[in-house]
Amino acid sequence: MTAITAPAGAAPAAGTKGSPVNDTWYLTGRKLHALVRQPVVIAFGVVQPAIWLFLFGELFRKVIDIPGFGYHGSYLAYLVPGVVAMNAMSNNMWAGMTLIEEIDRGTLNRLLVTPASRLAIMNASVAEQAVGTIVQTLIIVGLAMAGGARYPGGVAGVAVVTVAAVLVGILWGALSNMTGMLLRSREAIIGVYTFFMLPLMFLSSAFIQPGFMPGWMQAISSRNPLNWEVQIGRSALSAAPDWAGIAERCGGLVALAVLAVVISVTTFRSYAKNA
Amino acid sequence: MQHGCAIEARGLVKTYPGKSGAAASPDSRSGGKRAKARIRALDGLNLSVPRGTIFTLVGPNGAGKSTTVKILTSLAKPDEGSAAVAGIDVLADPAGVRRVIGVVGQRSGADPSATGRENLVLQGHLYGLDTKSARLRADELLAHFQLTSAARRFVRGYSGGMQRRLDVALGLVHRPQVLFLDEPTTGLDPESRAAMWQEIGRLASEDRMTVLLTTHYLEEADRLADTVAIVDVGRVVAEGTPSQLKERTGARTLDDVYLHYAGRRFEMAEVTRA
Repeated sequence: MTAITAPAGAAPAAGTKGSPVNDTWYLTGRKLHALVRQPVVIAFGVVQPAIWLFLFGELFRKVIDIPGFGYHGSYLAYLVPGVVAMNAMSNNMWAGMTLIEEIDRGTLNRLLVTPASRLAIMNASVAEQAVGTIVQTLIIVGLAMAGGARYPGGVAGVAVVTVAAVLVGILWGALSNMTGMLLRSREAIIGVYTFFMLPLMFLSSAFIQPGFMPGWMQAISSRNPLNWEVQIGRSALSAAPDWAGIAERCGGLVALAVLAVVISVTTFRSYAKNA
Repeated sequence: MQHGCAIEARGLVKTYPGKSGAAASPDSRSGGKRAKARIRALDGLNLSVPRGTIFTLVGPNGAGKSTTVKILTSLAKPDEGSAAVAGIDVLADPAGVRRVIGVVGQRSGADPSATGRENLVLQGHLYGLDTKSARLRADELLAHFQLTSAARRFVRGYSGGMQRRLDVALGLVHRPQVLFLDEPTTGLDPESRAAMWQEIGRLASEDRMTVLLTTHYLEEADRLADTVAIVDVGRVVAEGTPSQLKERTGARTLDDVYLHYAGRRFEMAEVTRA
């Protein structure tokens, strides 16, 4: 250690006062940088959805022919909104793992002792999740298209599917972050994930039309936010989207996502006071 | 707050919810509400650190060193007591305190998936520097800590000594008035440790920074500190310059001073942590 860092007694670097917007920008940049450097992670993330699309899609290809199924298109196309929803949930469930890693490594505390806005630290995590979800959703939509699925809803339909996926992603990401902060255990997050994942998928119209479900399953699925996303997506990608229904369910997802983020930010603030 | 003090803490008390264990004691304060045993990490700790000096907290794991650092750096709130850093009240204006302190935690905190330079530039941004100044400052610090050749490598590949130097550089980006170093040399080889000691000494003498450091090495305290405070069970049990402490107790080494106050050998108290 040779040279002198700064003139002795130099005034503290003044600079402009950090704002939540600037801080969010820089902190999101850090996260996205890491994401771009590991494109493999994103690619691996869609391996499981691809398996659902193509193996499940092939296996149950003829389901669509059951009288009364009432869907115009291939079963592969029918599956797309469900697989998008499942991917949005499962990939964002790992958000809490990243957070635990940053707590363990001391990165989070390092950020907390800077003047960086608390909100910006959480914003960056949500923004990163949103970008990851968008990229993966588009990959899934593209893969299915390559496999022969067609979307009469067009670009607008795909955009709506993507937005709904981001909302679901934020909801589960916030839930995962909260679990991570409260329990500090990766096992707990895996537990929450496995507890919810398959039941929520099967209690939705991801694989089969609700008309084929027993009454009690229909009752649950109409209250299942993951199913809302599937319904939004399927409607938006169809030739005649039911915009009123889409708006209503999107409203529900927004409300839940906001609630989840508020709870997660509250948890974060209490963590920040007792790191 | 006393004039000329960079750090001032009065009567800090901090308890954590505890599992039933040897260290737990019933918290008398919250008596009626909950009769659950809480761990009393700090039990009325007082500190005053004059500007431009190196102040060392020594004591076994669980003595309250890290809790003290967390309170002074706004990462935790005390149950009782008050604290000010650079004249700013930690409880009333934590954001103000964050602007004037640098903190090097026990764990690295650098982002391993970014380069050393990127870590420093981001840190500069978080302190409100624009991109140009942040880059200039990053390069300056990289050069100073002999990391220029590794500047564009991922931190993941850094050696322990390099990572620690980067950690200190991260804490200095904004030229803080007060620097907190939580066990800065733990796990370093003797050569890196000696270099770190030299740098800490320089920060205080040339840059007139106030340094509060916690350590497991009494030798480190002896070498560096203007003032040593021995912390045990959440209080400062003795405080003074290394030579004052030795004189007062008639001991020849800080180890013996420690034995005198804590009633047990320093290493013995420390063995349990490994």
